[in-house]
Amino acid sequence: MSDGKASERTYLRDGPDLTGAPLHDKLLATWQDRPGFWGWAGSVDHKSIGRRYLVTAFVFLSLGGVLALLMRSQLASSNLHLLGPDRYNQIFTMHGTTMMFLFAVPVMDAMAIYLVPLMVGTRNLAFPRLNAFSWWMYVAGGSMLWIAFVLNVGPDAGWFSYVPLAGPEFSPGKRVDFWAQMVTFTEVAALAVAVSITATILKGRAPGMTLARTPLFVWAMLVVSLMVIFSMPAIALASAMLMADRMVGTQFFNSYEYGDSLLWQHMFWFFGHPEVYIIFLPATGFVSEIVQTFTGRQVFGHTAVVLSLVATGLLAFGLWVHHMFATGLPRMGYAFYTAASMAVSVPSGIQIFCWLATIWTGRPRFTLPMLWVVAFIVTFVLGGLTGVMLASVPVDLQVHDTFFVVAHFHYVLIGGAVFPLLGAITYWFPKFTGRMMNERVGRIAFWIAVPAFHLTFFPMHFLGIMGMPRRVYTYPGGMGWDTLNLVASIGAFVFAAGVVVFIGNVLWSARNGEPAGDDPWGAPGLEWATTSPPQPYNFPHQPVVLDATPLWNPERAVARGLRVEDREVVLTTVFEARPDLREPSPVPTLWPMIAAAATTVLFVSSIFAPWAVVIGSVPVAIALIAWFWPKDRSHEGEPVVD
Amino acid sequence: MSRRLLHGTFASAVLALSGCAALHGPQSSAMGNGVESALIGRLFDAFLWVAVAVYLFVLAYLALAARRGRLNRQRGDGIQGEPPGGAEPGWHLGLVTFASVTALILFGLALATWFTDRAIARSAAGKAISVEVIGHQWWWEVRYHDPVAGRELRTANELVIPAGANVKVSLSSPDVIHSLWIPNLAGKQDLIPGRTSDLNLKVPRPGEFRAQCAEFCGLQHAKMALPVSVKGPADFAGWYNAGLATPPIPTGGLAFAGYSLFIGRQCASCHNIAGTPASGQVAPDLSHIASRKTIAAGALPMSTANLDRWIADPQGVKPGNQMPQVPLTDAERGAVVAYLETLK
Repeated sequence: MSDGKASERTYLRDGPDLTGAPLHDKLLATWQDRPGFWGWAGSVDHKSIGRRYLVTAFVFLSLGGVLALLMRSQLASSNLHLLGPDRYNQIFTMHGTTMMFLFAVPVMDAMAIYLVPLMVGTRNLAFPRLNAFSWWMYVAGGSMLWIAFVLNVGPDAGWFSYVPLAGPEFSPGKRVDFWAQMVTFTEVAALAVAVSITATILKGRAPGMTLARTPLFVWAMLVVSLMVIFSMPAIALASAMLMADRMVGTQFFNSYEYGDSLLWQHMFWFFGHPEVYIIFLPATGFVSEIVQTFTGRQVFGHTAVVLSLVATGLLAFGLWVHHMFATGLPRMGYAFYTAASMAVSVPSGIQIFCWLATIWTGRPRFTLPMLWVVAFIVTFVLGGLTGVMLASVPVDLQVHDTFFVVAHFHYVLIGGAVFPLLGAITYWFPKFTGRMMNERVGRIAFWIAVPAFHLTFFPMHFLGIMGMPRRVYTYPGGMGWDTLNLVASIGAFVFAAGVVVFIGNVLWSARNGEPAGDDPWGAPGLEWATTSPPQPYNFPHQPVVLDATPLWNPERAVARGLRVEDREVVLTTVFEARPDLREPSPVPTLWPMIAAAATTVLFVSSIFAPWAVVIGSVPVAIALIAWFWPKDRSHEGEPVVD
Repeated sequence: MSRRLLHGTFASAVLALSGCAALHGPQSSAMGNGVESALIGRLFDAFLWVAVAVYLFVLAYLALAARRGRLNRQRGDGIQGEPPGGAEPGWHLGLVTFASVTALILFGLALATWFTDRAIARSAAGKAISVEVIGHQWWWEVRYHDPVAGRELRTANELVIPAGANVKVSLSSPDVIHSLWIPNLAGKQDLIPGRTSDLNLKVPRPGEFRAQCAEFCGLQHAKMALPVSVKGPADFAGWYNAGLATPPIPTGGLAFAGYSLFIGRQCASCHNIAGTPASGQVAPDLSHIASRKTIAAGALPMSTANLDRWIADPQGVKPGNQMPQVPLTDAERGAVVAYLETLK
């Protein structure tokens, strides 16, 4: 790499003369966050933000889990009065909303924020400040919703908020407004992350990491991020229209004033169905990475798996009407959605075939992460098969909105996403903390959680077939539902105990686990090429990739010549990952936090007065202008790599 | 480890399937009492057996893969690192076969779905009895349309239909979205404000069933049930004619006192009783309340004690419902109950 124009001042760069400990000291001085609260608050380090995203998501998981236990207590037997209808309806709404918006999507974002830059071999995410902003928005939105719930103004119209029930006439008060505004917060956060991740994957991959050599988790996140970018606008628009109907007297969803209540369902599910795959596809990425490492071979059918991810991402946008089969839309149209809903199981099937072929032909080690993969296959396939049943209109008309569906999507979301997530946390834990998770306790958690999961959710299939609808706060005796409900409730508590043991193991092992080296599993990905936990600058020298499994290649390559006294990253071309540019990377700043605070004031106060949108945008504008204040770079040479 | 997991799964799957036999009930989709629900039940069974077969295949594949992989590991063979491109032709063929077979199975299931849909549509063809069901927060209004003038029947919180006939139920809602689901007879259909949708029922034999609202409709979604009675043609005609008859106004005693209270107090402003000044239209029609099986859309079984309890404390029985607590002394309430019980 050359130094650009001759007139330019010379910068200190890494190279044969600057390596090892001196390089470390220099890079640390450049990339480290300042100590103390303000250093933390202003951090733009993807690892710091990824970690706090992860912790926040697990806090919301725990809160949502407590709500699940409350519901299962109420439903343990017929005619119980532990919870009244008002409280119960808030609780099931909060459970769904928390798990979908505040846990499942953010936790996948969290893993991606932490891992993607390491896996593609760069120093930080693209747009790190946007990423920092996203965490503040997420925390603010989630906190607002939970504070409202604690104050008894929690939403009570379901996580789907169907109108007209969620409209101004049938849900007066502020409950649904808090829900709609929480959606605004989380969609801003999710879009910000999606943009960062997409740009990082397309432009930040290490030299030599062509698209064909890109790790499967990174591929999954690319597809997912694009899905977020295309699906979130639908819910953004829908929730804005709902707020407008509720606050300023528009009639978008009022069928008596030429609006349409089904419009909401179309817009909600146009987002809501892709959302399921936004949660599921990262999990398939985890599975691919885990299977690859522990079988000691590249995943069989790498190309087929990538194409499956892309196909799922595309098909996911053509399925939303299968949530609406009972609304009486034209039957001819239903046939299309039946076909599309069934077709989406083909790419998932292909992925499972490929993972099992990898195990078959490889040399699998059944460590704890692999065990979670096995539990994933055993559980998710069942959920996928009931999903095929739901795609059939007549079958769906019977089991739609019953506990059969509750069973189905918990098999898909817990079996399909949470089990791989727990495996992934076990797998990357040494990278996150520098220590191994306790294997013995991990196995105990596994053997409590997995059977208890099935004990909880398998009986719900029967409950649905036996006519038990969803979202009921109680049910009469004599329907034959009591025993199965009791079994499910017992299972739920045991399952929760398993998750508690898992979380306890995480907390204990973070301090007391066995120290892990850089690459304790013998894994092939770039994230294992650096220390555990990684230094703030990730890699001392820019890694260069020669094949899809760089750490299994005896030949290692790095590029030298990045500035060490300024934050700088290498950008590469989209397809071939040829070095393209040297790009300055932003330094820590408090402006994202301040911008998020201003936006929070705008969003929360607009629940109480529509004019807050106008007045509140002034501080937001000021914060954004300060954030994006142009920097004079005229004295610097063009940062180009030769 | 993984083997134990597999065995456990298999055992529970067998246990679960044997449990299928015990899914009976007055509100069960596994019963197939109606023509539509029987057709759907058959389709469901087809899906179920395909699902079981596919699931067993995946479990077997997983078990064999784990076993084979373990052997590879012990022997030190099997692929390590990055396999050379195109080195696994057998597996590639396997993948293509697997994907094709999956697609074929799905095509078969889609065809089965389509034929079932057609069969359901065909079963509803022909002359039909027209019934209108209107969902309210949280009760059901039922109207029978008869082409003969004066034979239009209104009732609430009960659906009575004749066995063997085509019944076309048209569904609507003035407030929020509800969904009428009679699992023993047919699939569910939403009641959507501003739209009407249809549900066709055809039930070969008489029987007593239970329907329930299946779309979350607010506070008391859980207590919005609808007893459904399928009667033989003669019984149905008898019930219908009885329903058309104006109930006699009591001439004296406790029942008359109750009648006077009903007309004089708030009751009449919401409820309708045929042949009396009580003509409110916002609450369930009570003209023949005593002949129904439940109170307040399935909230309580019909009995003297429960009627009394309901009137004394409607908000305790079904919190948030639209019926206010009307201030009545115990004696007054007893009189009203006595009157209501004459409304057979």
